[in-house]
Amino acid sequence: MSTPALRLENIVKTFPGVRALDGVSFEVMPGEVHALLGENGAGKSTLMKVLGGIYQPNEGQIYIEEQASKMASPLDAKSKGVVFIHQELSLADELTVAENIYLGELPRKSFGRVDWATLYANSAAILKRLNCGFTPQTRVGSLSIANKQMVEIARALTVEAKAVIFDEPTASLTDAEKVVLFDIITDLRGQGVGIVYISHRMDEIFTISDRISVLRDGSYRGSLITADTNEDEVTQLMIGRSLDLTHAIVPNELGDVALSVEGLSCGSLFQDVSFQVRAGEVVGFYGLVGAGRTEIAETLFGLRSATAGTVKISGEDVQVNSPIDAISQGISLVPEDRKQQGLVLGMNCRDNMTLPQVAELTNGPFVSHAKEVDIYNVYHEKLEIKTPSWKQLAGNLSGGNQQKIVIGKWLSMAPKVLIVDEPTRGIDVGSKSEIHKLIRDLAAQGYAIIVISSEMPEVLRVSDRVIAMFHGRIMREFTAKEVTEDNLVQAISGIIPDKVA
Amino acid sequence: MLPQNVAVFGHLLREGLDMKNENIKLFMAKGAIWGFIILELIFFSVAGEFFSLSDKAFMDWDNMLLLFKQSAPIGIIALGMTIIMINGNIDLSVGATFALCAVVMLDSMTWPIFAGLGNWVIPIAWALALITGMVLGLINGLIVWKTGVDAFIVTLGSMLGFRGLVFMYNGENPTSHLNWTLVDMAEADILGVETPTIIFVVCTVLIWLLMTRTVHGRNAYAVGDNREAAVNAGIRVGPHMVWNFVLIGFLAALSSVVFYSSSGSVNPNDGTLYELWVITAVVLGGTKLVGGSGSVISTFGGVIAIQLLRKGLGHIGADTAMVNLVIGLILIAVLFLDQQLNRKGKEELKV
Repeated sequence: MSTPALRLENIVKTFPGVRALDGVSFEVMPGEVHALLGENGAGKSTLMKVLGGIYQPNEGQIYIEEQASKMASPLDAKSKGVVFIHQELSLADELTVAENIYLGELPRKSFGRVDWATLYANSAAILKRLNCGFTPQTRVGSLSIANKQMVEIARALTVEAKAVIFDEPTASLTDAEKVVLFDIITDLRGQGVGIVYISHRMDEIFTISDRISVLRDGSYRGSLITADTNEDEVTQLMIGRSLDLTHAIVPNELGDVALSVEGLSCGSLFQDVSFQVRAGEVVGFYGLVGAGRTEIAETLFGLRSATAGTVKISGEDVQVNSPIDAISQGISLVPEDRKQQGLVLGMNCRDNMTLPQVAELTNGPFVSHAKEVDIYNVYHEKLEIKTPSWKQLAGNLSGGNQQKIVIGKWLSMAPKVLIVDEPTRGIDVGSKSEIHKLIRDLAAQGYAIIVISSEMPEVLRVSDRVIAMFHGRIMREFTAKEVTEDNLVQAISGIIPDKVA
Repeated sequence: MLPQNVAVFGHLLREGLDMKNENIKLFMAKGAIWGFIILELIFFSVAGEFFSLSDKAFMDWDNMLLLFKQSAPIGIIALGMTIIMINGNIDLSVGATFALCAVVMLDSMTWPIFAGLGNWVIPIAWALALITGMVLGLINGLIVWKTGVDAFIVTLGSMLGFRGLVFMYNGENPTSHLNWTLVDMAEADILGVETPTIIFVVCTVLIWLLMTRTVHGRNAYAVGDNREAAVNAGIRVGPHMVWNFVLIGFLAALSSVVFYSSSGSVNPNDGTLYELWVITAVVLGGTKLVGGSGSVISTFGGVIAIQLLRKGLGHIGADTAMVNLVIGLILIAVLFLDQQLNRKGKEELKV
């Protein structure tokens, strides 16, 4: 057996209160594609940050070709032959392909002049290795996304790469472009490079990988040889049996249909989406990042315009072209990124909570602070927001309390439909269950609620029904009774269960 | 101690420091400008004893009244600039607006159609000038809203454009018209406090009420701090910003009307660099260029502080060049201090 190109041994990384990586070991052989799988929060990105020198591990050792190595920085990692192809592209559009490939390390001649001849020659050699159909002199801005990704890969190959890590590389690629990418990965494998392939997508992993390793809750859960396994086995390893997810959903008494969506489409983001939400019901949307869930929420809230389809509120057709329309129709959105989209961080809690309706809370020309405080107090108590006073700036609150301010803001508007996008992103575990309980309570009070989440336990814990999305389409709809981790993971990976197919 | 306890302790310590930092920041934002003004008063009073060419004390009542009066033209515009900057925008065209409105006011009084009106031409001329200011502001606002181009660029363009209009009107020549009734009105006083000062103070109070007590003021802070969240809360951000540009246009015109009613003559280059003095005063008052925070009262303080500095340095015998140098240095020092105090702690690690 040859030596592994890269080996991680017993890596431990802790943050205050969290053990993000708990003794993870992992290796990739030269000429092997090793897939790394795990749910969101399983520790994949932390592991990669340790490997890339962004975090230093508390314990454990990294070996490159069996030599103990320490990654001081991303640049250091690259110089040691460990290179990353990130999900997001980081290219300078106005520069040429060659300039981008050697960005920061352009070959020089005397007096700091760029050695253009060497630059173009070296770049051309790398592009040839990748079978790219464009020249080093092409301006990057004129390339397609897939070709830009090629440039990103080419950039990784300026050093003698021993291991290349692809982090969700297909997130923005079309199917045809994926085939090209897979060809390149296969080529690199043929050249003896060790490849780590991180993805959620089961179909891709089975197409490209030789071996599959699974992380869960920060620890290593085993490896499988791709040829000897199947999707069910991998899924089981991913979600684990130890995770107790008894569906303690107590169904509420359902009222009338509050929101009815028929054939809603928005360009290439999502197509032909139809569903209903009744008063007293929580409908969970689950899917991978990019499956179109947030885009549906944004369309319902008037931030995007639908290209087709109808939306009915309480049985009546509504036109929603802006958040103002949505609010007046009783649609509220608790956005994905509460700091960026939900809160004015430099404002106090009271002002944040009354922001959408402050125009109604006036005495003559002036805002009535008394009326504002009344509203604040109601939701402060109802949602158990922990702040010393309303004077506290929203930016100083914990994530859970910030989220409650945003929820309170919309509840005070008496919405018919409440959309909550990623209700507990960046919120600590204790507050998470509080928010989950709050969502169930609100449903019991007769609100129609849509919960969008990337965390399966969350979706399962709060939803009466779960809608699984894949590539902008609804793959399947489950009731709380039908849904299991297995069939949900399969549905969002684009696998249609046999009984349906 | 267990490592975990150490981490928790460190976290608590950091939070404690943050709280303390918060108080310092609050003081810097609200109180610093008044401290600075007191410092200036003391310094110039004492230094004046040694260097002043005149026998009069610096903190003489008449001298202070004059100071307020001289602050008015820049000060009235600075009130509008505060709102614009809280919004996260900027308006570079106020100096040109100031000049153009003066031309409109002084010239309109000589128009033949108003010839039979006698002194009734005064309110008409005032109204025409104020409307001109609002229209110019409206133009800025609409372009910013509808094109989405940065306000800096839009008003840089309109600054040149409006100034061009001033020159097109009368070439290089001054536009003059002296109306003694008008001069009397402009120089009228209550207990020695003259019209410009009264208008400046009244405007400060009104704009302060607007910003702290009304929906519009609330929205201005929200839009400047987080535009996306403001949109999501159903605030009509575009029209909101247009109103603010109309308001600053109005205030630039008001400033112009107050000033030229007494002087009676405007040169085509008048008001050049006013935008920079206005922004200097607003920034000195603690309003952030990025928007979301700032106070009208502090701007008032910033305006007074600059005028004090000018007068004070003059009092101890420094020339204009020296004054500009000192003001420039102080502005940079203040902003550096502010940046040091506001430097954010490292982002919490996200797992």
